[in-house]
Amino acid sequence: MSREARAAVLFLTPALVVLVFFFFLPVIAGFALSVTDFDLYAIGDIHNMRFIALRNYAAVLRSEVFWTAFVNTLYFALVGGPLTVAASLGAALLVNAKAAKLKPLFRTIYFAPVVTTLVAVGIVFRFLYHPRFGMINRVLESIGLQPVDWLSDPRWAMPAIIAVAVWKNFGYNMIIFIAGLQNIPDELYEAARIDGAGEWKQFRHVTLPMLGPTFLFVGIVTAIGYLQLFAEPYVMTHGGPLNRTLSAVMLMYQEGFKWWRMGYAAAVAFLLFLVIAAATALQMRLQERR
Amino acid sequence: MKKVLLHAALIAGGLLTLFPLLWMVAASFMSRGEATTYPPHVVPHAPTLDQYRELFVRLQIGRAFLSSTTIAIVTTLFSLLFNSMAGYAFAKLRFGGRDRMFGLLLAALVIPAQVGMLPLFLLMKALGLVNTYWGVIIPSLASVFGIFLIRQFMLSIPQELLEAARIDGAGELRIYWSVVMPLARPILATLAIFTFMTTWNDFMWPLIVLSDESHYTLPVSLANLVGEHAQDVELMMAGSVVTVLPVLALFLFLQRYYIAGLMAGSVKG
Repeated sequence: MSREARAAVLFLTPALVVLVFFFFLPVIAGFALSVTDFDLYAIGDIHNMRFIALRNYAAVLRSEVFWTAFVNTLYFALVGGPLTVAASLGAALLVNAKAAKLKPLFRTIYFAPVVTTLVAVGIVFRFLYHPRFGMINRVLESIGLQPVDWLSDPRWAMPAIIAVAVWKNFGYNMIIFIAGLQNIPDELYEAARIDGAGEWKQFRHVTLPMLGPTFLFVGIVTAIGYLQLFAEPYVMTHGGPLNRTLSAVMLMYQEGFKWWRMGYAAAVAFLLFLVIAAATALQMRLQERR
Repeated sequence: MKKVLLHAALIAGGLLTLFPLLWMVAASFMSRGEATTYPPHVVPHAPTLDQYRELFVRLQIGRAFLSSTTIAIVTTLFSLLFNSMAGYAFAKLRFGGRDRMFGLLLAALVIPAQVGMLPLFLLMKALGLVNTYWGVIIPSLASVFGIFLIRQFMLSIPQELLEAARIDGAGELRIYWSVVMPLARPILATLAIFTFMTTWNDFMWPLIVLSDESHYTLPVSLANLVGEHAQDVELMMAGSVVTVLPVLALFLFLQRYYIAGLMAGSVKG
């Protein structure tokens, strides 16, 4: 072994030991767990665990609660994701506009929610959404609209949570969009202007196509993150009302760590993983085709 | 005219973004029940520190603050060391299977952490680390993202520098520590802030692995408090301020590094 290869082993060992033992092996073990009936009794004595092949998956897929959680999670990701990306792009265009003053200040303000603690802002919004005293309803009333019981109304609970997620996350993608915008050469805009393209046409035919790779990155990161929805419903709604904000990860948490049906919960986790992998692959495929 | 519209939009967006945070701070200085009078106050009429006193004296949130701080600092220090070592190896040392191994790590970025959490909990239980700080810290001691960030940065360090040090007889550890690490300071700062914030804000894993209130981190403690004190708006807002303020302050002071790192992680990748 060369001197560099020996050094590499030394340098890689600490990180790889952590990743292998506390990430990769647990992931593989998670799959193994999902084909067993591991439950509270198995925690007490491992001999109570039996191999049951795909029966957990069958049970999960037959369960009404799972499909509710699955649809909720997709709703959150498919509506919340694009809204977040749109808000991010809008903010990036505003902050990056040539005529804009105090750019660093606005950039900092828009980014601030990203660094805040999800649990804390979830609690803040819980009160902002309060049907009687919440500021959001106060504003609605002042412009003559009916107040909404945001977090207790089955129709509004998920949109309310989506709004929090957009508020919390748009700044992250905004920064990436700004970087993408700054990478577009000025000559392209000049050429478009010479061809007589107005601002909208420049945006449509120069900015958007040039941001393609950025959209891919932002889309994948947002989708992966949003499909793992957990803390917002945990502190804001506990998954209610009528399970309308119960997410896949929340279901996994409840089954696994509240009822200790770990085999069943592992199956839920793996199905979620499949969805995330499929969403990632789909976005990459769409991008390639363009 | 267009300039006015642009700035109106910027300011409106800014107010919308800041309002929840400003209201949180305002309500935390209100006396009990003031946020739920009708019509509710937006600004405290007689600012008071009562809520903070209640939090720290009676509810002992200081303990959770200390837990969060300890966990975040220890995780940050160790992960800086581990990730920089691995990132350095992937960027600068030649060995068989290097690129394949790195590609494999990157592919793992799509695996959600939750998939491994159930067995991870059982592993922690077997190791006797449930309800300890180490139980929270150990899984975060290295991260694919951190290794990736460091590697991308170190790729730009000229190879000649390392060769020169080798010719001068420097050992590999010494090259890493005295030649490469000083050059990598900006990315180390980025990763440090990033790790600190992620650890501080993390919720699900600490919620799972910490079972006893005396070990709770701030987010877990807060989520627990809101169960008993759902009606105490002002108190919960004070708790939220205590939780959010440290990371927000850190970001404001060090945002240069943080945002630079974000861009490096996305654009170059």
